[in-house]
Amino acid sequence: MKRFLYTLKQSFLQVFRNRAMSLASIFAITAMLIILSIFFILVININTAAQAIKNDYDSIEVFMEDEATKADANKIIHEMDNRDGVADAYYKTKEEALADFRARWGENAYLLDTLTENPLPNSVVIMISDLDEAEDIAKQAGSYDGVEDVKFYKDTVDKLLKATKFIQIAAIVVMIFLIIVSVVVVSNTIKLTVLNRSNEINIMKYIGATNWFIRGPFLCEGIIIGVIAAAISVGLSALMYGELVKAIGEQIFSILSVPMVPVGFLVLNFALIFLALGVSIGACGSIVSMRKFLDK
Amino acid sequence: MIVFKNVTKYYKSNVGLEKVSVRINKGDFVFLVGPSGAGKSTFIKLILKEIDADSGSILVRGNDVTQLSNRQVPKLRRNIGIVFQDFRLLPKKTVYENVAFAMEIIHQPKKLIDKYVPQVLSMVGISEKADKYPDELSAGEQQRVAIARAIVNKPRILIADEPTGNLDPDTAWEIMQLLDQINKRGTTIVMVTHAKDIVDKMGKRVIAIEKGRIVRDEFGAYGFEEALAEVDMGSDTIMSRRTFRSRFMRGGRD
Repeated sequence: MKRFLYTLKQSFLQVFRNRAMSLASIFAITAMLIILSIFFILVININTAAQAIKNDYDSIEVFMEDEATKADANKIIHEMDNRDGVADAYYKTKEEALADFRARWGENAYLLDTLTENPLPNSVVIMISDLDEAEDIAKQAGSYDGVEDVKFYKDTVDKLLKATKFIQIAAIVVMIFLIIVSVVVVSNTIKLTVLNRSNEINIMKYIGATNWFIRGPFLCEGIIIGVIAAAISVGLSALMYGELVKAIGEQIFSILSVPMVPVGFLVLNFALIFLALGVSIGACGSIVSMRKFLDK
Repeated sequence: MIVFKNVTKYYKSNVGLEKVSVRINKGDFVFLVGPSGAGKSTFIKLILKEIDADSGSILVRGNDVTQLSNRQVPKLRRNIGIVFQDFRLLPKKTVYENVAFAMEIIHQPKKLIDKYVPQVLSMVGISEKADKYPDELSAGEQQRVAIARAIVNKPRILIADEPTGNLDPDTAWEIMQLLDQINKRGTTIVMVTHAKDIVDKMGKRVIAIEKGRIVRDEFGAYGFEEALAEVDMGSDTIMSRRTFRSRFMRGGRD
């Protein structure tokens, strides 16, 4: 405990003595973490949006032939209800389908008034709980008597999933890159203080100090810098994102019918992730910078 | 205490030491002499495991240094005090703190530090300068602090790398008496030097190294030509900037 306090005191002194460099690296890491947070926020929003959109497309419509009876439909509903991966299955008459149409067309619904008879088929709507099963379910539904056609939005969902996957991977690559850059920045800062004190380190080694005794204060210095940068960047990005949600959240909702992830929901997770990142960036940076000096 | 058996060390194609075998006994006071680049520094660096030997074995207090892992090096060095030509004191610490630092590093309790440091300071004769900073001291006083730091952990071996190189003859002689006193208390001392008059006057064991080989090992005189030693002084005893500045500030009194 005493050793730990000694180390802590030394490292705070160092951060303070090298104010200019400490500040520079705090700024650099903060900038890096804020860019990182932009990507984070982007990915999280895209993920939730994708999830929401996916839920819109999680139904299969089974169109019945005109001559098919209600009993045919009931049989499908019954069997589907008992199948894995199906949340619900229900019958939708052609009248209901037309009503849906009108609702969707809104002001233009008068165009449908010219229809003399309802061209839409009766259908069974199957709500899917497991999207991976969707294709099998569609195939199975198509094999029943009285089924004319089966429609589900496989392509759309696939494309959506592909797009989000791509964005996720791209974001991860960028994030890793940014993390590496921050480690380099910290290690350079600390290398300067190490250089400044290489004489001292040498003496310590001659007297028989262990590498960890020497490394301790520098390690702490890196961690302190990392933690400060993390705190600043969490604060700033939460503030900025909050303003962003306030400014364009509603528009986004009206365009995509998907809400933006609220700030309060993110802050805690963000704080934890960034704290961990800041600590590890600082620690890695200082260890990297000292390696050469402690080799022998 | 220190045993070299057939130790060879090359720096690429340059010879550092070649098949050197020597035994330094407990309580010995040994001068290591020879021209620059003869292998004296290599000899000392090998004892401290600052560098690794190419072949042969080096026993320090019965342990084969060549077999030590890097992690065990600090432990080895805690048993060896070391004094340099340029003192290597920490400029931002007082005399007392400099000496105490050697004990802090090996996590000695504060009580013990407060007990030993004044003892050692009075032994080397600079008790009254305990609260001064190194650059407020003369070169001789700085070297005394360095010696105090080297012996405060009671090492069995003290290595001195040209400890008088930066000192005027009178001060140098005082330092030699201090080292002799430490030696008489049972500490083995290995001292690298170019100072012919000191070696001659002390009449201790002299190991002469030339071109990586031990050419002479006997009690008595320095043995090399004075002129040669003088030339060595020029190239081998470059003053540290701090020392130079402090001398300059004092008007070259030393």
